[in-house]
Parts: sequence; C-alpha cells; structure tokens
Amino acid sequence: MARGVTLEQKQERTGWLFLAPVVVILVLVGIYPLLQTFWMSLTDTRLGSNRTPRFVGLENYADLFGRRPFWEAVVNTLVFTVSSVSIEVVLGLSIALVLHSGFRGRGLLRAAILIPWALPTVVSAKIWNYMLVDTYGVINDILVTRLGLVEKKIAWLAEPELALGAVVAVDVWKTTPFAVLLFLAGLQLIPKQTYEAASVDGASRWQQFVRITLPLLKPTIIVVLIFRTLDALRVFDAIWVLTRGQVGTESMATFTYRQMIDFRKLGYGSACSVTIFLLIAAFVALFLLVGRRGPEGEV
Amino acid sequence: MRIRHFLFPFAAVALVLGACSQDGAQSPAGEGPITITASVDPGDPSFSLTRQMADEFEKQSGVKVQLLKGPADATERLSQYLQYLGAKSPDIDVYQIDVIWPAILAEHLADLKESFASEIGDFFPTVVQNNTVDGKLVAIPWFGDAGLLYYRPDLLEKYAYAEPPKTWEELEAMATKIQEGERAAGIPDFWGYVWQGKAYEGLTCNALEWQVSSGGGTIVDDKGQVTVNNLKAAEALGRAAGWVGRISPPGVTTYGEEEARQLFQSGNAAFMRNWPYAYSLAQGAGSRVQGNTGIAQLPSGGAGHAATLGGWQLGVSAHSRYPKEAAEFVRFMTSAPIQKRRARELSLLPTRVPLYEDKELVEALPILPVMKDVFLAAVARPSTQSGDLYNEVSTQYFQAVHGVLTGQTTVPEALARAETQLKEILR
Repeated sequence: MARGVTLEQKQERTGWLFLAPVVVILVLVGIYPLLQTFWMSLTDTRLGSNRTPRFVGLENYADLFGRRPFWEAVVNTLVFTVSSVSIEVVLGLSIALVLHSGFRGRGLLRAAILIPWALPTVVSAKIWNYMLVDTYGVINDILVTRLGLVEKKIAWLAEPELALGAVVAVDVWKTTPFAVLLFLAGLQLIPKQTYEAASVDGASRWQQFVRITLPLLKPTIIVVLIFRTLDALRVFDAIWVLTRGQVGTESMATFTYRQMIDFRKLGYGSACSVTIFLLIAAFVALFLLVGRRGPEGEV
Repeated sequence: MRIRHFLFPFAAVALVLGACSQDGAQSPAGEGPITITASVDPGDPSFSLTRQMADEFEKQSGVKVQLLKGPADATERLSQYLQYLGAKSPDIDVYQIDVIWPAILAEHLADLKESFASEIGDFFPTVVQNNTVDGKLVAIPWFGDAGLLYYRPDLLEKYAYAEPPKTWEELEAMATKIQEGERAAGIPDFWGYVWQGKAYEGLTCNALEWQVSSGGGTIVDDKGQVTVNNLKAAEALGRAAGWVGRISPPGVTTYGEEEARQLFQSGNAAFMRNWPYAYSLAQGAGSRVQGNTGIAQLPSGGAGHAATLGGWQLGVSAHSRYPKEAAEFVRFMTSAPIQKRRARELSLLPTRVPLYEDKELVEALPILPVMKDVFLAAVARPSTQSGDLYNEVSTQYFQAVHGVLTGQTTVPEALARAETQLKEILR
C-alpha cells in the first residue's frame, strides 16, 4: 500500500469505484443520446433514408416556434399537467390519510388500491376507451340508461370540450395510487408523539393537520410533485390510445412522435424533443428551488 | 479485475443483440442452401397458411424460407421497415408492403419490372400503377382491399326497399327511416350508418370516397397539384358532417374498422362502410347478423361509385443478398394457384383479374363478382404523387376532415387550411 494515502481518500476511491458503473450507464443511456438528439435537431435527418443529412442550424427551431399546432400542444400539455397533478395530489393525500388511520381490512384495501397503478397504461387506456364509447360504453349506460342523470348518450372522446377532461380523468384514475403510496410512506415517518403532544396542548384535528402533517410531509409532497409533473409533461400513451392527440388533446410528446415516426422528420422531431427537455428541466429547477427554501426542505 | 464483472451484463446483452441481428442471414456464401427471410402478417390463420406455402416453395426451389412476423399495426410496421431498410440491412429479403408505401420505400426496393414482364398484365392495372414509382415496379400485388357498403337484406325487406342505396341521398333516406323504425320497435341504440371517423389513415380512405364519388378529386391530382379545396369536395364533406349524431352515432368520430364492425355485427346498424375482411366475420358463427349481411358498392354522390384502394404487396429489398431467389419467392406467392387458395381459405381478395372469372372460386366466395366491380372503380390515395411525404399529406387531410366532423371548424375553413398546409408540405 502506498504511503500518504489516508483512510478517507481510500474510502473515496472505493466509493468512486462503486459509482463507476452508474456513471458509465448514465453516460451511455442518458448523456450520449441527449447530445446526439441535440446534434440531430440541427440537421434535416429523415427516418429510413439514405440521403446524407444536411446541417440546417437553428432552422428546425425557428420553424417549430412559429407553428401554431406546436404551441397548442404545449398549452394542452400544461393544462393536462396542472389539472391532473393537482387532482392527484389532493385525492392521493386524502386517500392516504384515510388509509393511515387504523381500521379493519386496511392491508387488503391498500393492496387493492394499487391495481390501477399496476396495469400498463396502454391496457388501462384501452379499457377506458371501451367504457367511454358512446353507444355500448358502460359509463353512458350507467349515466343515461340506469340512473337517468343525463338525457343523451355522450361521445366523451369525440367532443372537443370533453376529450381533454376525459384524458385527465383516466390519468387521475391510473396514477392517484402512486401518490397514495408515497404519501402513506411519508405519513408513517411522522412520529406519533408529535400528535400526542399537540393533543395534550389542545390543538384541534385541523390545526394538527395544517401545523404538523403538512409541514412534515413537505418533502414527500415535493417528491410526488416532481415525479408526477415529469410524467405528466411527457404524457403519451394514454392520449395516443384514447384520442390519438385529436380533438384538442395533442400533447408535446404525441406531437413529437408524429413528426419523428409518422412524418419521418427525425431532425425536426429532435428539435421538439430538445424543447420538451428544456421545459421539463425548468420545471424541475422550479420545484427544487421551492423545496429548498423551507426549513425542512431537504429533498 | 472487478471491472470485468461490471461489464459482464453488457457483454451478455451485446451477444444477445448480435445473435438477434444475425438471425436472418444464416447461409454462408457458397455452402448449404440459400435462406431468404420474409416479413409477413403475424396473425393466424394467415400466418400458418403462408408458412405452408413457403414449405411448398422450399420443396420446389431448394431455397429455404424464414418467415418473420411483422407488427400487426401497419404504422408500426412501416417504422420497423424504415429502420431495417434505412440501415441497409440485408437481414430481410422480402417485405409485405401496404398499398400506400411504395413511394415511401421505393429507394430501398428492387425493380421487378423485367422479371415480371410476362405476367404483370394479369394484375389489376390500378394496383400495378400504384406500385410503379418513377418507372420502377417496386412491389407485386398480393391481395386486395377496397371500401364496401355492408347492408342488412332483412331490414331492407322489412322496410320495403328492393335494393341497397345507389346514391348518398338514398342511403340517408333509408338509414333515417330504418333507424326511426327500429328505435320505435324497441332498439334505442340503433343507428343508420356506421363508418370509420377516427382521426387516422382510415378516415382518409372514407373521406376520399365521399369526395371522389361527388367529383371532388383526389386531394392531390396526378400532376401533384393540391386540389383539395373545391366546391364538390366541400359539398361531400358537409354531407358527411351532417350524418354525425343524426344517422351515425356521435362517437363515430372515434371509430376505426373494429368499432364499426362491432356495432354492425351486434345488429345495431343498418349500413356500414368497411373492408372485405369484415364479411367473413359478420357472416361467421357468433355474429348476430349471420346470414343477414349483404355487400354492395358504396353509394355515388353524382360522379359514380368510388372505393378507396387498399391491399398488400410483396417487394424485394434492394439490400438483399439473394435478389433473384427473393423475386422467385414473390412470383410463387403471387401466382394464381396460391392466390386462389388464399382467397378460398382466408377470403383475401385476389389481385389477378382472371381469378374473378374462376367458377370454382366464385362458388366458394360469392362476393367475388361484386368485388371485381369495386376493384375496377377503386381510387388510389395520392401516395404516388406525394412520394415519401404521403403520411404527412394524409395526416393533414384527415385532421382537417376530423375537425369538420367534430364541429371544431367549418368546411370552407378546414379545406382552405388543408390546402395551405398541403402546398407547404409538397412545395
């Protein structure tokens, strides 16, 4: 063993050795494709063509930013993200609080609630697709035929005013369990004694929730927000199966897919991808900034 | 030393990947029999029949044939093909190609004009023309598809109609009357006419039929000029938009082939637009309209009947190591006896005209004579004119049509915008 190497340095070296595979994988599957996508976004590469791609500078970006359908897709994605994530957080927290209180059959319920999350999105979207069909769909059957709440059968996925809402509903159904799971884990980390002390001091249930539960749950909330927002901003599968991005439901990801695969414009599609990447990065930065400000905001 | 353990999984993955990519070309040059690989429809019974036929070809020619299941979804299959061909992969020699792909794949496909010179006259000229790109015959028609009007002979009789509708006006009138009658008779969800209104390639097929049958042209004309914005096309589109919610369910704008077929097959629709495949299913066991399904040409809008041309071709890769053997396989698979068997067993429509006069075959597949008329009137989508930009052209078109059908835009607005966009794409 060489002299002058402290234990600390040795440990650091071992640490790097352990990290090396992760770094290699990150570079291989993360950084390299990212750089390649960026490079491609400056060319007019076409999928499946032997023609040598031409360097076009920022032309793809200029064209993209001047295109109304792209901005419509950005707005749709933001509306989808904000509405689905906020509903999921509120709903997820409520369900988690109910599940956190002890009652009979809790374990069973906790397992049952995970089913929507366990189904592949394409499968659940296809199921919802059948349920939302106007003629033989079960939703219309319940609303119109059995309950008589609505007069005429509704084509949920065909009406411009309803389609995005239907997509949000399907996403909420599918991913609320994920939020519940994380919130439950967060709730279990809060020591019981804190609540006991608060009760002794005469704090009401509501006061306990606002003063204890919410602040101590903040790191969890931020994790849920980051995970769900990142997912929602990239939404593709649910929309593709339910509406193919039509009737005002085109998202940034479906728009990009159309350009890259259907229209074979790899260069142009890469410019879309890079733009989405930057947008998502901005969101992450925002969350981390907000999360860091609080006293117990370590994420 | 330790690093090797970390790399092991990568090496394993690389080995597996390498093995996969070599799957197709097992035959070392000069030794053993030549093996060619063909990508075909994955589903049974079609796949197993293709395998049987490939076995016969092996016996006849001494060339081994490996069959690869292509993705069932046509859009996915195209992107897979593009990835193989774009990489100039020799792994697949024969590709099964949709009728709208020849122009997209032309640069990667071998010219079959000379080797098929003596027999190409047997095939439907419209399809051969469709498969010819810049004078190069890139694929041989294998089986055909064309839009059909399905109707219910029992309902026509019940409401005293002698024959299926000849014009769109007649269809509207009959659909309205039957729909009212059946609803009054206790089927609240009965609809007059179902078709494919989802925003996808199928809508381009449907809308092209409305347009052409009304004299509204083929979106892009033979010279490559964008003609979509004209009064006849507007009239046809307006008429179709009027069906939604009246004689067609409001959700028809989310229907593909299968959704329409399910509604028709459950006995809840009087008329349906669909491809020939639905016939054997609607007439098959388990269908509520078994024995009560008729087919006819789609109605005319004043400019004759029009059916969109569909169907599948076989093409030889320009990157194939055995182009001659591959072409022989294509010749075998598209030959009259093979097509006859596929028609009889799978009700896949032949692409050779003389087979439609074959007494034995007509007896086995009674819809054949009607199909011939439909084929002769079949209209090709503007895939030849738009070349490898066809998908973009079609998408802009069906999005414009879909906007009108769902009430988001007016007809003149949609057609004007489609015209601008198509001109921009094709400039």
